[in-house]
Amino acid sequence: MKIVVCVKYVPDATADRGFNEDGTTDRESVDSLLSELDEYAIEQALQIVESGVEAEITYLTVGPDDATDALRKALAMGGDNAVHVNDDDIQGTDALGTSLILAKAIEANGYDLVICGMASTDGGMGVVPAMLAERLGVPQVTYLDEVKVEGGVVKGRREGDTATEQVEASLPAVISVTDRTGEARFPSFKGIMAARKKPLESKDLDDLGIDSDEVGLSAAWSTVDAATARPARTKGEVVTDEGEGGVQLATFLAAKKFI
Amino acid sequence: MGEILVLVDHVDGAVRKPTLELLTLARRIGEPSAVFLGKGADAATETLGRYGAQKIYVVDAAEVDEYLVVPKADALAQVAGAVNPAAILVPSSPDGREVGARVAVRLGSGLITDAVDVVAGENGPETEQSVFAATYQVRAHVTKGTPIITVKPNAATPEEAPATPAVESVAVKFSAAATGTKVVSRAPREKSDRPELTEADIVVSGGRGVNGAENFVVIERVADALGAAVGASRAAVDAGWYPHSHQVGQTGTQVSPQLYIAAGISGAIQHRAGMQTSKTIVAINKDEDAPIFDLVDYGVVGDLFKVLPQLEEEINKRK
Ligand SMILES: Cc1cc2nc3c(=O)[nH]c(=O)nc-3n(C[C@H](O)[C@H](O)[C@H](O)COP(=O)(O)OP(=O)(O)OC[C@H]3O[C@@H](n4cnc5c(N)ncnc54)[C@H](O)[C@@H]3O)c2cc1C
Ligand SMILES: Cc1cc2nc3c(=O)[nH]c(=O)nc-3n(C[C@H](O)[C@H](O)[C@H](O)COP(=O)(O)OP(=O)(O)OC[C@H]3O[C@@H](n4cnc5c(N)ncnc54)[C@H](O)[C@@H]3O)c2cc1C
Repeated sequence: MKIVVCVKYVPDATADRGFNEDGTTDRESVDSLLSELDEYAIEQALQIVESGVEAEITYLTVGPDDATDALRKALAMGGDNAVHVNDDDIQGTDALGTSLILAKAIEANGYDLVICGMASTDGGMGVVPAMLAERLGVPQVTYLDEVKVEGGVVKGRREGDTATEQVEASLPAVISVTDRTGEARFPSFKGIMAARKKPLESKDLDDLGIDSDEVGLSAAWSTVDAATARPARTKGEVVTDEGEGGVQLATFLAAKKFI
Repeated sequence: MGEILVLVDHVDGAVRKPTLELLTLARRIGEPSAVFLGKGADAATETLGRYGAQKIYVVDAAEVDEYLVVPKADALAQVAGAVNPAAILVPSSPDGREVGARVAVRLGSGLITDAVDVVAGENGPETEQSVFAATYQVRAHVTKGTPIITVKPNAATPEEAPATPAVESVAVKFSAAATGTKVVSRAPREKSDRPELTEADIVVSGGRGVNGAENFVVIERVADALGAAVGASRAAVDAGWYPHSHQVGQTGTQVSPQLYIAAGISGAIQHRAGMQTSKTIVAINKDEDAPIFDLVDYGVVGDLFKVLPQLEEEINKRK
């Protein structure tokens, strides 16, 4: 069967992230990398294959030129090939547009199982998997803490709104997995070397039959009016406990009327 | 003023607090109507009316509970199609977010997630989001279709505005996709006497420094003395010391209480993403260079096992 893993190339969360004048994400002054939460999706795909399911693993990203870095890292962890959707007209696309592009690319590739991260580490909306399922017309089995694929059925545990749920659906399906599914492996040296030779295909909007005015900043379904840095918190008093630390803290809390 | 649909978050008819916040926000931008899915609408009517719902659309269909997300999206999309609302507000929960996502695709409408405020603007509802681990505030609005906005807990203080809602029962034509994902079983979360993490005015959290499940009682005792909720870092949750439903941070719950106390937590960016909009922040950490101290209004460099019990004793003494 065919597994497509959607991975996003995002600005490093540990750096000082910011915005451009037009309200789009500043991707120039901050290094980008494979979204850490998508590593869990990659890991699950590899584990499904290792559990005995025969499958080809394709990584898919929609992103700028150097988003190939994310695909190479994924390929270094394992898997077979990658598709990079890259087009100048994509910049500034919102979640609805991104899910449209991903859905077209997934259909073009063919799929039995689509695996996503629970949310990106930049936009962090956690909505693309549900949008993909809606667009592809297949079941969504999302926010899974535990995943199993067996006999054409995908099952898992979901931390729902008010309860822990066991959910399942027949393939083809779109799933998303959380950071509780188990740590992702590190690429080995051998893996990194092998990844260089794995096929990586580039596609633009034309290839996918998407009109350039369906996506991009001008076509976005929502718009940013202003983005302002929150004032950094000012560091208050820090005392060293010399036997009275708890009492001193209580005095602070009392002054703030918490006690 | 236009009709604003509010998707009700409830457990068997017991309306959860975020819904009251949504109704309060909805009144700023139009006339709120509640969309109630599942069992227990009778029990919810009074509460929904008290917080200003003019209408309640009720979809009492078994599919809503038996299958994941899609039946809810079908129901909300159908009601939206019939009443043509000025906006749709849904709670920022896993289900709410995904229901909003699917309805957005279906209606060809823009979606804004995790709003921390919603006000009336020139071009329809204006939202405020707190992004990049709460280091930026973004103001945005939807430009196409019916604005669909998911709203975080605590975005507003619920205000009563008693109304007598007209209750309308809606028969939904479910899509073929509705029964695609079966909810095989559901285990309700353990109830605790402490306030819910997202609703608490005070949160006391423990991290790796707590060093064992059995030691979390030190955190709990301070929490109880203050009437607070208990939180935990991912390190503490991953170690199995405290349930995931208490995790604060990027992949846990994001809180914004009046007071946040972090004990034995270093202050990684992913943890900060879940707590740095708190009004007052306090930390106890034995490492004076721990990054959490950059955020604090008050910090104690010391051993949490000495500082916290003394703090608890002192709180009880002063009460
Ligand atoms: C701070 C910020 C706020 C934003 N707010 C909004 C908003 O309110 N409304 C809106 O419509 N857009 C918004 N956007 C834009 C939106 O983030 C992007 O369009 C994005 O491509 C889709 O949303 P996400 O990154 O939040 O994805 P999520 O839904 O969080 O991603 C879940 C999973 O989908 C897959 N995925 C997502 N994007 C890609 C991709 N490009 N390539 C491959 N796989 C992918 C990954 O597996 C990922 O783990 C925002 C962006 C930023 C940076
Ligand atoms: C994609 C992703 C998502 C993540 N999501 C989250 C999230 O949602 N929430 C989250 O919390 N983390 C999250 N993390 C993990 C995060 O990066 C940190 O690893 C985690 O927050 C560390 O937890 P900690 O501060 O408890 O542990 P540590 O970083 O190990 O810090 C422990 C601290 O305790 C102090 N200490 C030890 N003993 C004592 C004592 N006796 N008294 C006082 N102080 C003591 C130490 O000095 C140290 O500062 C995420 C990471 C990734 C990559």
